Amino acid sequence: MSATMPISAQLINLFASVILLLAFAMLAQRRVLTLINLFALQGLALCLATLVAAVSTGQTHLYYSAGLTLVLKVLLLPWILHRLVRKLNVKSEVEALINIPATMLVGIVLVMVAFNVALPISELSQTITRGTLGIALAVVLLAFLMMITRQKAITQVVGFLSMENGLFLAATSATYGMPMVVELGIALDVLVGVIILGVFFFQIRDQFDSLDIRHMENLKDN
Amino acid sequence: MNLPWGPGGEFARREAAMSISGLLWQLLAIVLALALAPLLTGWVNQCRAWLQNRSAPPLLQPYYMLHKLFLKDVVLAHGASPLFRFAPFAVFGCMLLACAIIPTLSTDLPLAPTADTIALVGVLGLARIFISLAAMDVGTSFGTLGGRREMLIGFLAEPALLMVIFTTALISQSTSVATIVETLAHRDFIIYPSLAFAGIAFTFVSFAENARVPVDNPATHLELTMIHEAMILEYSGRHLALIEWAASLKLYAYSCLGLALFFPWGIAAGSSVLGLLMAIPVLLVKLVIGGFLLAGIETINAKVRIFRAPEFLGTAFLLAVLGLLVRLMLETRV
Amino acid sequence: MMPALLSIDVLLIAVCAWLAIGLAGLAAPRNLRFISKTLFPLGALVGALVGLSALLFLGGAAEVAVLAIGLPNLPFHLRLDNLTAVFALLVGFVSAGISVFAAGYFRKGEGTAPGLMCLQYHFFLASMLLVLMADDAYAFMVAWEGMALASFFLVTTDHKHAEIRRAGYLYLLIAHIGAISILLSFGVMTSGSGDYSFAGMRAQQLSPFWASAAYLLALVGFGAKAGLLPLHVWLPEAHPAAPSPVSAMMSGVMLKTAIYGLLRVSFDLVGDPLWWWGVVAMAVGLLTAVFGVLYSTVQSDMKRLLAYSSIENIGLLAVGLGLTLIFHAYRMEGLAALAMTAVLYHCLAHAGFKSLLFLCTGSVLHATKERSLGKLGGLIHRMPWVAWLALAGVIASAGLPPLSGFVSEWLLLQSFLFSPGLPHPWLNMVVPVAAAVVALVAALAGFAMVKFYGIVFLGQMREPALKEAHDAGPWERAGLVWLALITLLLGIFPATVISYIDAATRQLLGTGLADKVREHGWWMLAPISPERASYEPLIFLATIVVAVLFGRQLVHRLYHGRIRRTPAWDCGYVFQGPRAQDTAEGFSQPIRRIFEPMFRMERHFPTARDSQPYYSVKVEDHLWHWLYLPLARLMNAISVLMTRLQGGRIAIYLLYSFLTLIVLLLVARP
Repeated sequence: MSATMPISAQLINLFASVILLLAFAMLAQRRVLTLINLFALQGLALCLATLVAAVSTGQTHLYYSAGLTLVLKVLLLPWILHRLVRKLNVKSEVEALINIPATMLVGIVLVMVAFNVALPISELSQTITRGTLGIALAVVLLAFLMMITRQKAITQVVGFLSMENGLFLAATSATYGMPMVVELGIALDVLVGVIILGVFFFQIRDQFDSLDIRHMENLKDN
Repeated sequence: MNLPWGPGGEFARREAAMSISGLLWQLLAIVLALALAPLLTGWVNQCRAWLQNRSAPPLLQPYYMLHKLFLKDVVLAHGASPLFRFAPFAVFGCMLLACAIIPTLSTDLPLAPTADTIALVGVLGLARIFISLAAMDVGTSFGTLGGRREMLIGFLAEPALLMVIFTTALISQSTSVATIVETLAHRDFIIYPSLAFAGIAFTFVSFAENARVPVDNPATHLELTMIHEAMILEYSGRHLALIEWAASLKLYAYSCLGLALFFPWGIAAGSSVLGLLMAIPVLLVKLVIGGFLLAGIETINAKVRIFRAPEFLGTAFLLAVLGLLVRLMLETRV
Repeated sequence: MMPALLSIDVLLIAVCAWLAIGLAGLAAPRNLRFISKTLFPLGALVGALVGLSALLFLGGAAEVAVLAIGLPNLPFHLRLDNLTAVFALLVGFVSAGISVFAAGYFRKGEGTAPGLMCLQYHFFLASMLLVLMADDAYAFMVAWEGMALASFFLVTTDHKHAEIRRAGYLYLLIAHIGAISILLSFGVMTSGSGDYSFAGMRAQQLSPFWASAAYLLALVGFGAKAGLLPLHVWLPEAHPAAPSPVSAMMSGVMLKTAIYGLLRVSFDLVGDPLWWWGVVAMAVGLLTAVFGVLYSTVQSDMKRLLAYSSIENIGLLAVGLGLTLIFHAYRMEGLAALAMTAVLYHCLAHAGFKSLLFLCTGSVLHATKERSLGKLGGLIHRMPWVAWLALAGVIASAGLPPLSGFVSEWLLLQSFLFSPGLPHPWLNMVVPVAAAVVALVAALAGFAMVKFYGIVFLGQMREPALKEAHDAGPWERAGLVWLALITLLLGIFPATVISYIDAATRQLLGTGLADKVREHGWWMLAPISPERASYEPLIFLATIVVAVLFGRQLVHRLYHGRIRRTPAWDCGYVFQGPRAQDTAEGFSQPIRRIFEPMFRMERHFPTARDSQPYYSVKVEDHLWHWLYLPLARLMNAISVLMTRLQGGRIAIYLLYSFLTLIVLLLVARP
């Protein structure tokens, strides 16, 4: 029962739930700018969860990764995305391929699947935070879902980043984080990835006068 | 009262607790609800006015309204049936019962075993059915429109509310309101992430159920956008007063339920005089803050189209279900 | 009661009495007065007797009887145990109300001659009681088929309309598909021993495969009778076609015999259940319930609306049954008992309120000659008795306290709250989500019921002819009051009722709720403990009533009780006639819009240039087009192929026989 859990584990669970909640909020969101803000909030929750894990276990590299999350995902990436949206004059409405309530229903099913699939894995883990593994998996799947059902390139990038949040949470909850080198590498990858995608956006817009990825379908040879 | 199957141990204890003082506190809770409910409405209206840069009506405005309405004649439409005249009293009675079983000051209420949380949802549903039927009774186009929309809101809000309650019931292993509050307020401090989901879902539901801004506007008299006001267009005099009072009671009941489920600290466990006296100011402070937040949320949101309302409530429903899942995943398997 | 006269004898006498009443009707087929004012009340009396003796029996030891009719080696075995008694109670008391109503219902010159009708009706009753008492497969099937045939003839009372004949044919067809499936299920359960008595089936130890086969066949067979998806199509056709007392009987009582059969097979005959049986029943039940309630909200015919609502209730019963099976499979008998009590309670509750509502539509139909919601309205002014009694049915059907529908819903939700304790990782997560669907269904039922009541009884009269409507006669009123009383009592005294029906739960599961419930006094329902959950409907009702009366007195004393009458406020619009109200279609528009993919809709919208603009919407069942019509086409194609074999020349037919003979001679070996 939860009554026996230490307070740090409870806090990590709380932040993990907030991350899941924000993943759902992103799925339900109709405005691009709010979507980016929600992503920043998700990063913040992730940062706090890592920080709590760091304090409770005393592992120094977790402090670094919390700091990295804060700088990269709460401040830098949202700022870049904000700028992109403003520069590119993206229409503020998110366009969904499937209507939003239906997406959320699928989301609930995904959460159930994720929770049940993660259950045997989390039993192998020894950390105090293993319960959040299911949530991490759910966040990854929800982000995937968001990438599938959204039409704008920007929302796809946000989905991709949110998926990375989920993976990061999984790493923290199952093994108290990845080795520092891997983490730094991933952080750099993400940053470079977003910058390259930003460049792509400009190219795409110049080519098609739109950021709707359905235009890409015309690119196949036939 | 005699027991046909002999006295049971548990029941005998309850019976003893149902003493004169218990009844007295129950009565106090009801009277408090009747007295505070219009005040809460007045406070919310005042905050709204401040936040929207209007000059605020007096805090006691709802009381003046009720008094004036009671004094006025009832003007009935020719086509109104006895059901139309009965409905305001029924709605008022349902809301009173709801207020009587939600712990505001103490969890030790003699009426508490009458209805657990599921029956509480039932009593709110009963009131909804009566008011919707009354709205359809005279047979004007706006009345039926309001009735239909109210049922539309209701059929989504009711299951969402039930799922919120399920989440709290799973935590406390009980559907009785008193036990839930006791579990959440008087045990060791535990963080329940599932309550975060349930709390947000509950907020959504209570906005919709109390005809508040994202779904309905309590101040509107523009026929095509309104729900609650459309239903009561034909009411006047004491009937209207009762319905308005019942609406205040509903807001009060929802506020108190929300406070009891998510911020239960300060509600007395027994019926000691001191504990109860302490509970009154705590309740007032919580209501004042809650009312202000309500007005604030109403001010920064815009009313959505009627067909966005199902989406709004569907989100609440899904969040509540998610809370249930999180409860099952995170909090029971460690 | 005399010691020599066992309860089972009383029930057998009742069966004979019903048959005799039916035959007496045949003796004077045209004498409406004799039939309706003497025979139907007598039938009601017999019904009350059946109910009473079942009530007195409950909790007793099983009684058996063997009748010397039937096949040479297989006489009719009959048995009265507690499960039978609970359902006999339902058949008896509910049919008593319906028969009293029917005494005032039938008029001259409607459809079948009254005598024939009387025979069919009482034969129907007798066969339902026999179904419950049967203790071998043969007797069961004979009674079951008798029930199907009698109800078929009752449905096609107005056989002059092609539409009604079609409904009857569909009903008969699906009833037979179900009957074949039940027969096969019994066949599997005897497992080749040749012993067709239920006692023999209980003694068989089936392998999991064959047990599952028997269970699934029974689910299909009884599901066809109950109206589970996808075999529900006959229900919304047959119920509106039948005369109202018959619809009430079919919906309120006959559907429950299917639930009885399912309970009998899955908990008594087939042996230990597997957990996934419960999941199957629950999934089918949830689909059925959602489907039923959504379609009931969009109907424009009041009896069809109620028929779909019955489908929804059957779905909920299947959900409860599935939950019971899951708990039972994991040996959590206390929880299984809770869920099964919910099922049995809902059977009783639904029988009461749905019969009540169907009978109310009967009164409306007689008073107005109108079934379509779009042509009714405002009947509370002309038919106050029917309207106020229907309100009881509506509140119960919407699953709201303090009436009967709420108690079973409450019990069902309580048992759902325990499902996280299941020792299976997927189940304990998926099953609570099923509770969310149940909650949604219950809330949607409220929508459907407000639509039904508001459009039929409230508002302005949509047709001028409605001003001529008259209230129900004394017989009809008595029947309605009786059923409303059942609904009220079931709602207010749940602890007492549970302590009676508990005998059936105890028989099937070995444990019951009664001991726990009895601890807390008759006014309180607390199946586990008052700390965990409790509900006191009587105090609930009393508080509201006191608040209403006291409030009224206080307002009148302190202020005044003056009333002025004026025309309704027109909101500045000149035209506020009856046509300005919501139509039935208008009322359900939000549902059609939100759940659009669930319906197959044909809509016509007027354009700006139409000289005679009109709007129409027709909602049809997807399954009809996806499943039934393709099947029908397939059968048609096969039968066209078969006609090729029939060349019409006698030589060809002789050749067929000759070839068959040769093949048999070659193949058959001693």
